[in-house]
Amino acid sequence: MADTQLLLGLSFVLFALGLVGVMVRRNALVMLMCMELMLNAVILALVTFSLETATLSGAVLVFLIFVVAAAEIAIAIPIVLQLSRQRSSLDVEGYDRLKG
Amino acid sequence: MTIDQLLVYFFGACALLGGVLMLVARHPMRVALALISCMLSLAGIYAMLGVHVVAVFQVLIYVGAVMVFMVYVIMLLDVRDPSFLRRYSRVLLPGVVLGALLAGALGISAIRLGAAAIQPGAGASASAAPSYLVQPFSVEFLREYWLHFELTSVLLVAAVVAAIAIIRSGRRSDG
Repeated sequence: MADTQLLLGLSFVLFALGLVGVMVRRNALVMLMCMELMLNAVILALVTFSLETATLSGAVLVFLIFVVAAAEIAIAIPIVLQLSRQRSSLDVEGYDRLKG
Repeated sequence: MTIDQLLVYFFGACALLGGVLMLVARHPMRVALALISCMLSLAGIYAMLGVHVVAVFQVLIYVGAVMVFMVYVIMLLDVRDPSFLRRYSRVLLPGVVLGALLAGALGISAIRLGAAAIQPGAGASASAAPSYLVQPFSVEFLREYWLHFELTSVLLVAAVVAAIAIIRSGRRSDG
Protein backbone atom coordinates (compact mmCIF):
# COMPACT_ATOMS: atom_id res chain seq x y z
CA MET A 1 0.00 0.00 0.00
CA ALA A 2 1.27 3.42 -0.91
CA ASP A 3 1.00 6.01 1.75
CA THR A 4 -1.77 8.51 1.98
CA GLN A 5 0.39 11.58 1.71
CA LEU A 6 1.76 10.62 -1.68
CA LEU A 7 -1.67 9.99 -3.16
CA LEU A 8 -3.03 13.20 -1.68
CA GLY A 9 -0.08 15.12 -3.08
CA LEU A 10 -0.65 13.58 -6.51
CA SER A 11 -4.30 14.53 -6.34
CA PHE A 12 -3.48 18.11 -5.35
CA VAL A 13 -0.92 18.52 -8.10
CA LEU A 14 -3.35 17.14 -10.69
CA PHE A 15 -6.02 19.53 -9.44
CA ALA A 16 -3.65 22.49 -9.75
CA LEU A 17 -2.66 21.38 -13.26
CA GLY A 18 -6.31 21.21 -14.27
CA LEU A 19 -6.99 24.64 -12.80
CA VAL A 20 -4.03 26.14 -14.67
CA GLY A 21 -5.33 24.51 -17.85
CA VAL A 22 -8.77 26.05 -17.40
CA MET A 23 -7.26 29.49 -16.84
CA VAL A 24 -4.57 29.39 -19.47
CA ARG A 25 -5.82 27.55 -22.52
CA ARG A 26 -7.92 29.25 -25.20
CA ASN A 27 -9.76 26.30 -26.69
CA ALA A 28 -13.16 25.66 -25.08
CA LEU A 29 -12.91 21.89 -25.53
CA VAL A 30 -9.48 21.81 -23.93
CA MET A 31 -10.86 23.81 -21.01
CA LEU A 32 -13.59 21.18 -20.63
CA MET A 33 -11.01 18.43 -20.59
CA CYS A 34 -8.99 20.28 -17.96
CA MET A 35 -12.14 20.43 -15.85
CA GLU A 36 -12.38 16.66 -16.22
CA LEU A 37 -8.81 16.44 -14.96
CA MET A 38 -9.77 18.47 -11.88
CA LEU A 39 -12.72 16.15 -11.26
CA ASN A 40 -10.40 13.14 -11.56
CA ALA A 41 -8.04 14.66 -9.01
CA VAL A 42 -10.91 15.16 -6.58
CA ILE A 43 -12.01 11.56 -7.09
CA LEU A 44 -8.48 10.40 -6.29
CA ALA A 45 -8.55 12.37 -3.03
CA LEU A 46 -11.98 10.93 -2.24
CA VAL A 47 -10.81 7.37 -2.83
CA THR A 48 -7.74 7.99 -0.68
CA PHE A 49 -9.79 9.29 2.22
CA SER A 50 -12.34 6.52 1.85
CA LEU A 51 -9.54 3.95 2.04
CA GLU A 52 -8.21 5.76 5.07
CA THR A 53 -11.49 5.67 6.94
CA ALA A 54 -12.31 2.20 5.57
CA THR A 55 -15.89 3.01 4.67
CA LEU A 56 -17.91 1.80 1.75
CA SER A 57 -19.84 5.03 1.29
CA GLY A 58 -16.78 6.68 -0.24
CA ALA A 59 -16.81 4.24 -3.14
CA VAL A 60 -20.56 4.71 -3.53
CA LEU A 61 -20.02 8.47 -3.66
CA VAL A 62 -17.39 7.95 -6.35
CA PHE A 63 -19.94 6.01 -8.40
CA LEU A 64 -22.45 8.85 -8.06
CA ILE A 65 -19.75 11.34 -9.08
CA PHE A 66 -19.10 9.29 -12.21
CA VAL A 67 -22.76 9.54 -13.14
CA VAL A 68 -22.76 13.29 -12.51
CA ALA A 69 -19.63 13.63 -14.66
CA ALA A 70 -21.30 11.77 -17.51
CA ALA A 71 -24.35 14.02 -17.25
CA GLU A 72 -22.15 17.10 -17.08
CA ILE A 73 -20.27 16.18 -20.22
CA ALA A 74 -23.51 15.30 -22.02
CA ILE A 75 -24.77 18.83 -21.39
CA ALA A 76 -21.48 20.73 -21.72
CA ILE A 77 -20.53 19.41 -25.14
CA PRO A 78 -23.78 20.51 -26.84
CA ILE A 79 -23.29 23.97 -25.30
CA VAL A 80 -19.75 24.13 -26.69
CA LEU A 81 -21.00 22.93 -30.07
CA GLN A 82 -23.65 25.65 -30.13
CA LEU A 83 -21.09 28.29 -29.17
CA SER A 84 -18.68 27.14 -31.83
CA ARG A 85 -21.46 27.13 -34.41
CA GLN A 86 -22.56 30.68 -33.59
CA ARG A 87 -19.06 32.15 -33.39
CA SER A 88 -17.56 29.69 -35.88
CA SER A 89 -14.63 29.36 -33.50
CA LEU A 90 -13.70 27.52 -30.35
CA ASP A 91 -11.63 30.41 -29.06
CA VAL A 92 -13.03 31.58 -25.73
CA GLU A 93 -11.67 35.09 -26.28
CA GLY A 94 -14.18 35.46 -29.11
CA TYR A 95 -17.11 34.85 -26.79
CA ASP A 96 -17.38 38.48 -25.77
CA ARG A 97 -21.19 38.55 -25.97
CA LEU A 98 -21.25 37.02 -22.50
CA LYS A 99 -19.82 40.25 -21.06
CA GLY A 100 -23.27 41.82 -20.90
CA MET B 1 9.68 -1.54 -1.40
CA THR B 2 7.35 -4.06 -2.93
CA ILE B 3 6.25 -4.38 -6.53
CA ASP B 4 2.84 -2.94 -5.59
CA GLN B 5 4.41 0.23 -4.32
CA LEU B 6 6.60 0.51 -7.38
CA LEU B 7 3.58 0.15 -9.63
CA VAL B 8 1.71 2.85 -7.72
CA TYR B 9 4.68 5.17 -8.13
CA PHE B 10 4.89 4.31 -11.82
CA PHE B 11 1.21 4.97 -12.43
CA GLY B 12 1.41 8.19 -10.42
CA ALA B 13 4.31 9.40 -12.54
CA CYS B 14 2.35 8.52 -15.70
CA ALA B 15 -0.67 10.47 -14.43
CA LEU B 16 1.51 13.49 -13.68
CA LEU B 17 3.11 13.27 -17.10
CA GLY B 18 -0.32 13.10 -18.74
CA GLY B 19 -1.46 16.16 -16.80
CA VAL B 20 1.58 18.18 -17.84
CA LEU B 21 1.19 17.07 -21.46
CA MET B 22 -2.39 18.34 -21.39
CA LEU B 23 -1.09 21.82 -20.72
CA VAL B 24 1.56 21.89 -23.42
CA ALA B 25 -0.04 19.92 -26.25
CA ARG B 26 -1.26 22.03 -29.13
CA HIS B 27 -3.96 20.02 -30.85
CA PRO B 28 -7.08 19.08 -28.82
CA MET B 29 -6.78 15.48 -29.98
CA ARG B 30 -3.38 15.22 -28.29
CA VAL B 31 -4.82 16.82 -25.19
CA ALA B 32 -7.57 14.19 -25.22
CA LEU B 33 -5.02 11.39 -25.60
CA ALA B 34 -2.98 12.80 -22.71
CA LEU B 35 -6.11 12.95 -20.58
CA ILE B 36 -6.98 9.36 -21.51
CA SER B 37 -3.52 8.17 -20.49
CA CYS B 38 -3.83 10.12 -17.24
CA MET B 39 -7.21 8.52 -16.51
CA LEU B 40 -5.90 5.04 -17.31
CA SER B 41 -2.98 5.60 -14.94
CA LEU B 42 -5.42 6.67 -12.23
CA ALA B 43 -7.43 3.51 -12.90
CA GLY B 44 -4.20 1.55 -12.44
CA ILE B 45 -3.63 3.28 -9.11
CA TYR B 46 -7.16 2.41 -7.99
CA ALA B 47 -6.65 -1.20 -9.00
CA MET B 48 -3.34 -1.36 -7.11
CA LEU B 49 -5.04 0.12 -4.04
CA GLY B 50 -7.65 -2.64 -4.18
CA VAL B 51 -10.58 -0.40 -5.10
CA HIS B 52 -11.50 -2.51 -8.08
CA VAL B 53 -14.98 -1.11 -8.54
CA VAL B 54 -13.73 2.43 -8.96
CA ALA B 55 -11.02 1.26 -11.35
CA VAL B 56 -13.57 -0.54 -13.51
CA PHE B 57 -15.90 2.45 -13.55
CA GLN B 58 -13.02 4.77 -14.32
CA VAL B 59 -12.19 2.78 -17.43
CA LEU B 60 -15.79 2.11 -18.48
CA ILE B 61 -17.40 5.48 -17.86
CA TYR B 62 -14.56 7.95 -18.19
CA VAL B 63 -12.40 6.44 -20.88
CA GLY B 64 -15.11 4.40 -22.54
CA ALA B 65 -17.94 6.92 -22.61
CA VAL B 66 -16.84 10.47 -21.76
CA MET B 67 -13.54 10.57 -23.60
CA VAL B 68 -14.82 8.69 -26.66
CA PHE B 69 -17.58 11.30 -26.86
CA MET B 70 -14.97 14.04 -26.55
CA VAL B 71 -12.80 12.52 -29.28
CA TYR B 72 -15.82 12.32 -31.60
CA VAL B 73 -16.56 16.00 -31.03
CA ILE B 74 -12.94 16.93 -31.74
CA MET B 75 -13.13 15.00 -35.01
CA LEU B 76 -16.37 16.81 -35.89
CA LEU B 77 -14.87 20.27 -35.54
CA ASP B 78 -12.81 22.29 -37.93
CA VAL B 79 -9.10 21.58 -37.81
CA ARG B 80 -8.16 25.08 -38.94
CA ASP B 81 -9.67 26.69 -35.88
CA PRO B 82 -7.54 29.65 -34.70
CA SER B 83 -7.54 28.35 -31.15
CA PHE B 84 -5.75 25.24 -32.39
CA LEU B 85 -2.79 27.38 -33.42
CA ARG B 86 -2.53 29.79 -30.50
CA ARG B 87 -2.53 27.70 -27.39
CA TYR B 88 -2.49 30.15 -24.53
CA SER B 89 -4.61 33.11 -23.56
CA ARG B 90 -3.33 36.40 -22.19
CA VAL B 91 -3.37 35.26 -18.57
CA LEU B 92 -0.69 32.62 -19.14
CA LEU B 93 1.84 33.97 -16.65
CA PRO B 94 -0.60 34.85 -13.82
CA GLY B 95 -2.37 31.55 -14.35
CA VAL B 96 0.80 29.51 -14.04
CA VAL B 97 1.92 31.51 -10.99
CA LEU B 98 -1.45 31.06 -9.32
CA GLY B 99 -1.47 27.36 -10.11
CA ALA B 100 2.03 26.93 -8.65
CA LEU B 101 0.96 28.82 -5.53
CA LEU B 102 -2.14 26.63 -5.17
CA ALA B 103 -0.13 23.45 -5.66
CA GLY B 104 2.39 24.61 -3.08
CA ALA B 105 -0.28 25.51 -0.54
CA LEU B 106 -2.11 22.22 -1.04
CA GLY B 107 1.15 20.28 -0.86
CA ILE B 108 2.12 21.93 2.42
CA SER B 109 -1.33 21.17 3.81
CA ALA B 110 -1.01 17.54 2.69
CA ILE B 111 2.38 17.20 4.39
CA ARG B 112 1.14 18.76 7.62
CA LEU B 113 -2.10 16.76 7.56
CA GLY B 114 -0.24 13.52 6.98
CA ALA B 115 2.16 14.26 9.82
CA ALA B 116 -0.57 15.28 12.21
CA ALA B 117 -3.76 13.33 11.77
CA ILE B 118 -3.55 10.40 9.40
CA GLN B 119 -1.45 7.40 10.19
CA PRO B 120 -0.88 5.53 6.93
CA GLY B 121 -2.70 2.25 6.92
CA ALA B 122 -4.36 2.87 10.27
CA GLY B 123 -7.85 2.83 8.82
CA ALA B 124 -7.28 -0.10 6.54
CA SER B 125 -6.13 -2.32 9.37
CA ALA B 126 -9.08 -1.37 11.55
CA SER B 127 -11.76 -3.90 12.23
CA ALA B 128 -14.38 -4.70 9.58
CA ALA B 129 -12.59 -3.04 6.71
CA PRO B 130 -14.99 -3.30 3.79
CA SER B 131 -14.14 -5.17 0.64
CA TYR B 132 -13.97 -3.13 -2.51
CA LEU B 133 -14.08 -6.15 -4.80
CA VAL B 134 -16.84 -6.07 -7.37
CA GLN B 135 -19.13 -8.77 -5.97
CA PRO B 136 -19.32 -7.75 -2.29
CA PHE B 137 -19.43 -4.11 -3.24
CA SER B 138 -22.35 -4.51 -5.60
CA VAL B 139 -24.35 -6.57 -3.11
CA GLU B 140 -23.79 -3.96 -0.42
CA PHE B 141 -24.37 -1.12 -2.87
CA LEU B 142 -27.73 -2.34 -4.09
CA ARG B 143 -28.84 -3.24 -0.59
CA GLU B 144 -27.98 0.02 1.12
CA TYR B 145 -27.98 2.60 -1.64
CA TRP B 146 -30.61 1.37 -4.10
CA LEU B 147 -32.56 4.61 -3.85
CA HIS B 148 -29.50 6.64 -4.89
CA PHE B 149 -28.90 4.23 -7.73
CA GLU B 150 -32.45 4.76 -9.00
CA LEU B 151 -32.17 8.51 -8.61
CA THR B 152 -29.09 8.57 -10.85
CA SER B 153 -31.27 7.25 -13.67
CA VAL B 154 -33.56 10.25 -13.15
CA LEU B 155 -30.53 12.51 -13.34
CA LEU B 156 -29.38 10.87 -16.58
CA VAL B 157 -32.83 11.28 -18.16
CA ALA B 158 -32.82 14.93 -17.14
CA ALA B 159 -29.37 15.34 -18.73
CA VAL B 160 -30.55 13.77 -21.99
CA VAL B 161 -33.60 16.05 -22.09
CA ALA B 162 -31.40 19.07 -21.39
CA ALA B 163 -28.97 18.13 -24.16
CA ILE B 164 -31.82 17.78 -26.66
CA ALA B 165 -33.26 21.12 -25.52
CA ILE B 166 -29.91 22.86 -26.03
CA ILE B 167 -29.57 21.46 -29.55
CA ARG B 168 -33.16 22.42 -30.45
CA SER B 169 -32.87 25.96 -29.10
CA GLY B 170 -29.68 26.47 -31.09
CA ARG B 171 -31.41 25.32 -34.27
CA ARG B 172 -34.29 27.72 -33.67
CA SER B 173 -32.00 30.73 -33.24
CA ASP B 174 -30.11 29.78 -36.39
CA GLY B 175 -33.07 29.58 -38.69
